[in-house]
Amino acid sequence: MRWFSRLILLCGGLAAVLAVTLATGVRQGLLTLLGIGFGIVLQAARFGFTTGWRDFIEKRDPQGLWAQMLLLVLAAAISLPLIAHYQGELVGAVAPLTISLVVGAFFFGAAMQLADGCGSGTLYKAGGGAPISFAVLPTFALGSFVGASHQPGWIALGGLPAIDLLSFGWPVALALTTAGCGLVAWLAARAAQRAGVSAAATANTASRPRWAKRWWLGALLLAALYGLHLVVAGQPWGIVYGIGVWGAKIALSLGWDAVGDPFWGVAPHASRLAEPLLADVTSVTNLGLIYGALAASRWNGPADFKLPSNRRLLAACVAGLVMGYSSRLAFGCNVGAYLGGIASASVHGWVWFAFAFIGSIYGVRLRRRVAA
Amino acid sequence: MNSKKTFRLISTLFWLLVLGLVIADTLDTRGVRLEPPPIALGSGQAAAGGHCSGR
Repeated sequence: MRWFSRLILLCGGLAAVLAVTLATGVRQGLLTLLGIGFGIVLQAARFGFTTGWRDFIEKRDPQGLWAQMLLLVLAAAISLPLIAHYQGELVGAVAPLTISLVVGAFFFGAAMQLADGCGSGTLYKAGGGAPISFAVLPTFALGSFVGASHQPGWIALGGLPAIDLLSFGWPVALALTTAGCGLVAWLAARAAQRAGVSAAATANTASRPRWAKRWWLGALLLAALYGLHLVVAGQPWGIVYGIGVWGAKIALSLGWDAVGDPFWGVAPHASRLAEPLLADVTSVTNLGLIYGALAASRWNGPADFKLPSNRRLLAACVAGLVMGYSSRLAFGCNVGAYLGGIASASVHGWVWFAFAFIGSIYGVRLRRRVAA
Repeated sequence: MNSKKTFRLISTLFWLLVLGLVIADTLDTRGVRLEPPPIALGSGQAAAGGHCSGR
């Protein structure tokens, strides 16, 4: 009967793409398909930004960080020449270096360890049926909606303007991005060696395949999908904007009025609330991602999961709220700010990475206390 | 009913609710928006989607 369930999963995916295409056009249908691809790769490779950082913080295992640096370099190599040559049609994720970015990234980094997933991680794990991520998603939407509404006030606290390395030309921007990623990978390797955890020793543990192929293969496939997303959507892959739109749409249906809101009440966000949800770029890729993860997790039969304690679930719900709120202050999550920012040669991506990583160090400690 | 069955039931109801909300939203907002070209690259139009970076 496995072939039948696989057929159902395939037909479900195709039906979703077709339905979105009929409802809102070919571009949105293609983005749904790409979202399904993101979900399949994230779930099949278990490519977790959160896990990669936690592995390094707790065990000095650098493989997750190395794979992330590979993804960043590949995504930058694909997107920087395209953005430079097709200015206007294609845009990068560029944001200012504000106080809100620092505060938001720190709290997001801490909360994602408690919630056991970042923006993309929460979606693909929810699709795969993980109870914690399933509980996190509604509070994430609420936090993202409220955080977006408060974002203009936080930005007004001040900071520095955006620094776009593309202004020096794409070869220089790519060289600087590659050098930055190389430096992080080298520092991670050095820390691992000091801790006595060589890559070979890590690869030889029974729980990990040799060379941890899932990380490298995941990075390669995600970079390819990232490039395709940029070409089709005209902008980098994002997650939390769409989740905020979901929260705002639900609030609207409950009687909330967007008029006068400093974020949702002004262009272009106000028009996105008036348009169909399926017309929003990040919403359709998010929905596709969830379905892709669902399909990948059920491909070989029903998914098995462990029910967490009520204490762990409650902590995850609070963490989801913090993640949603802080991600809007920080101009995105691991995908929109870290991956999208660095791959667009925007310095805010590096600032996000630094402060989110520091936040994660505290988040890992908190996670141990909650799990105890 | 054990806790796993309860969770599966709740998650199924949740996703049915999500599907219902998406359908209701699509029907409610029909005709509000102009369809963009299928692919942004080479379209000659400025990128206009919402993104986390603030646009």
